[in-house]
Amino acid sequence: MLSRTADHLFWMSRYMERAENTARMLDINYQTSLLPQSSDRAELGWSGVLGISELTQAFQKKHDVADAKNVMHFMVRDAGNPSSIVSCLAAARENARAVRGTLTTELWETTNATWLEFNRMLRDGDFERDPAAVFEWVKFRSHLSRGVTVGTMLQDEALHFIRIGTFLERGDNTARLLDVKFHALAGDYFGTWSDEEAPEVDFYHWSAILRSVSGFEIYRKVYRNVIRPDKVAELLILRPDMPRSLAACMNEVVINLDLVANENSDETRRRAGRLGSDLKFGRIDEILATGLHAYLTQYLDRINDIGAGISRDFLVAA
Amino acid sequence: MTTGFDEMQAAQQRVRAHYQRYGAWLADQPHAAMQARRAEAEMIFRRVGITFAVYGAKDEDGSGTERLIPFDLIPRIIPSHEWQRMQQGLAQRVNALNAFLHDVYHGQEILKAGLVPTEQVLNNAQYRPEMQGVDLPGGIYSHISGVDIVRAAQPDGSGTYYVLEDNLRVPSGVSYMLEDRKMMMRLFPELFAHHRVAPVAHYPDLLLETLRAVAPAAVNEPNVVVLTPGMYNSAYFEHAFLAQQMGIELVEGKDLFVKDHFVYMRTTQGPRRVDVVYRRVDDDFLDPLAFRADSTLGCAGLLDVYRRGNISLANAIGTGVADDKSIYPYVPKMIEFYLGEKPILENVPTYLCRDSEDLKYVLDHLAELVVKEVHGAGGYGMLVGPASTKAEVEDFRRALLANPSNYIAQPTLSLSTCPTYVESGIAPRHIDLRPFVLSGKTVQMVPGGLTRVALKEGSLVVNSSQGGGTKDTWVLEADAGTDSPAAQSQSQG
Repeated sequence: MLSRTADHLFWMSRYMERAENTARMLDINYQTSLLPQSSDRAELGWSGVLGISELTQAFQKKHDVADAKNVMHFMVRDAGNPSSIVSCLAAARENARAVRGTLTTELWETTNATWLEFNRMLRDGDFERDPAAVFEWVKFRSHLSRGVTVGTMLQDEALHFIRIGTFLERGDNTARLLDVKFHALAGDYFGTWSDEEAPEVDFYHWSAILRSVSGFEIYRKVYRNVIRPDKVAELLILRPDMPRSLAACMNEVVINLDLVANENSDETRRRAGRLGSDLKFGRIDEILATGLHAYLTQYLDRINDIGAGISRDFLVAA
Repeated sequence: MTTGFDEMQAAQQRVRAHYQRYGAWLADQPHAAMQARRAEAEMIFRRVGITFAVYGAKDEDGSGTERLIPFDLIPRIIPSHEWQRMQQGLAQRVNALNAFLHDVYHGQEILKAGLVPTEQVLNNAQYRPEMQGVDLPGGIYSHISGVDIVRAAQPDGSGTYYVLEDNLRVPSGVSYMLEDRKMMMRLFPELFAHHRVAPVAHYPDLLLETLRAVAPAAVNEPNVVVLTPGMYNSAYFEHAFLAQQMGIELVEGKDLFVKDHFVYMRTTQGPRRVDVVYRRVDDDFLDPLAFRADSTLGCAGLLDVYRRGNISLANAIGTGVADDKSIYPYVPKMIEFYLGEKPILENVPTYLCRDSEDLKYVLDHLAELVVKEVHGAGGYGMLVGPASTKAEVEDFRRALLANPSNYIAQPTLSLSTCPTYVESGIAPRHIDLRPFVLSGKTVQMVPGGLTRVALKEGSLVVNSSQGGGTKDTWVLEADAGTDSPAAQSQSQG
């Protein structure tokens, strides 16, 4: 397969996944903001959204206040923001269009229709009328595109690069979400909060994080316990059976990377395999002992490094 | 101008024989049902992304420059015997043009014989001296030729097919021919049960066969690719479509590189050699080392590999010297010179403005003529005298006088019309036809071609960039009973 084709496939799925995760994050923040809370707390939530995507500065150039209206506008429909949902869906569609011949007709048409319909929704004011419905829709279009991918694509290199893009992006996004949600509370988190010193956060804060990754029911099922931050971290980092956990994402990256291996990719595979093993055999108390923020920062660096390796080995290969 | 020729309606409101069955069906269709089908077609085209880009245009909602080509529901129907003859004429013409190109880049016998003015060929901007003496597989230059044909009304009410121009560089539109058929079969399956419409869907097979046939001789299993300028090119959909239909890679210039006198493409498993390129990039942009140095669309060193015979390009470099509008008048002579045959298809009488007598005539009759730039394409840079205001004619006169050799002129043909859906209902609109002729081991084509329709009332310009639309083109297979020449001439009354 052409390196450029693989590159477009990789980014097509990354952008679709990013659109979904942005929608999830905004949705949960929007739902939370409907609960009674101080305006400081609300603003903390919205600026957290910007922090996750490293967009605080870009946002401040355009808006003064990080309130619901401004942040949602910036993150949903601002085409000048490369991480907004509209930009992600456009980029996914542009990448798909560049290799439409490599995609099944269904996958191309799904991606194209998502973009056409989302633009129509923005034009017709659907978003202002019911943001939650639009977030839900984006999430389901991403589900659909993934289902069409797995259900129709030949299981060859093209599919493997699509899958690598999806899971690299998802792992990155879950880590960022965790980092910001913990960090926002009280500096770094070492798993040491006793009941007295725990910051003033409640059930709603933790359940919101879980809901944003479709993990609320899963948490209950796995732990059959009250919601505790260290368990939330464990679920989202180490559980290999939790579809949006770092361990599950890395596992998929390793499998698909092995399937496309070429003579240049040994080192990238080694690094991916090693990160996968660290997650597979890691323990939450060890991770928390070094500090969650420090751990996640290091994890994001390693993910980034693997992404660069994939790009070097396959996508811009000489 | 004479009264028009309509493809469906003969004079006295009689439906021509080959349209009778369709006409009866159409008369039975409720207007609302046809409107619903139109809307359905548009929705499908948009979802499938069958669009073209208009350069310099931008939509308000930022959805960019992608437009749909309007698709008309009423097919253009060609009776079998007309197509048989047209097919012979097309093969003859393309064979002669290929022979001419081979001759121009080798012995130049036709120039020595004085049949085509030497300076007109050798001073032509489209003549590529780099190609002199280069031998190509099968001696073929134009593997894919789009020959534009119109039918014009004669004073006696009959219609005559004319070749309007030969497109031997990178003719486009074949994807619309295929998609229009697919759409018609989806919208009106019952029509295909009642008409014996010759199929066209095997075009990609014929194209791949053609491309494989012209691979460098030493190659057994040629790696054939389509080269596109990229997704912002107006015909990108077609490039992607054809690559997908043929099951071959769609490459851009940056995917290719030259090493040790061969061309390779960059793949995830390392470099892979390329043997045949169906290139949809103009000559000028193919190789920055040989042609335009600022081109990022081509592959540096490609020309050298090509001249060594290590790669095949379709079409060849330098075919533009044969489809130039100033060379067009000589095609009938080429047919006689190379093939020893009488031309089967008519040429439109053409005035070369570089010739002072012709120029004088043209200037005296500007308001009646169609004047075109020699290198113009896409309906740009032309004057349709009878459809222009006095001021437009005078503006054009100045441009013409400033550089006469840049122009040719032809009588304004009364292009045939075909019933077409417009705002007010069904009305006649002017049409043309572009069959796609493939030259490999043999000359092949699928029946029909792309019918373009000028949607503006009275307009003669069918180009998609100028608001033209397309129609499905049906060549009826013989023995339909309604299709004999006798029935045809009778219907022309």
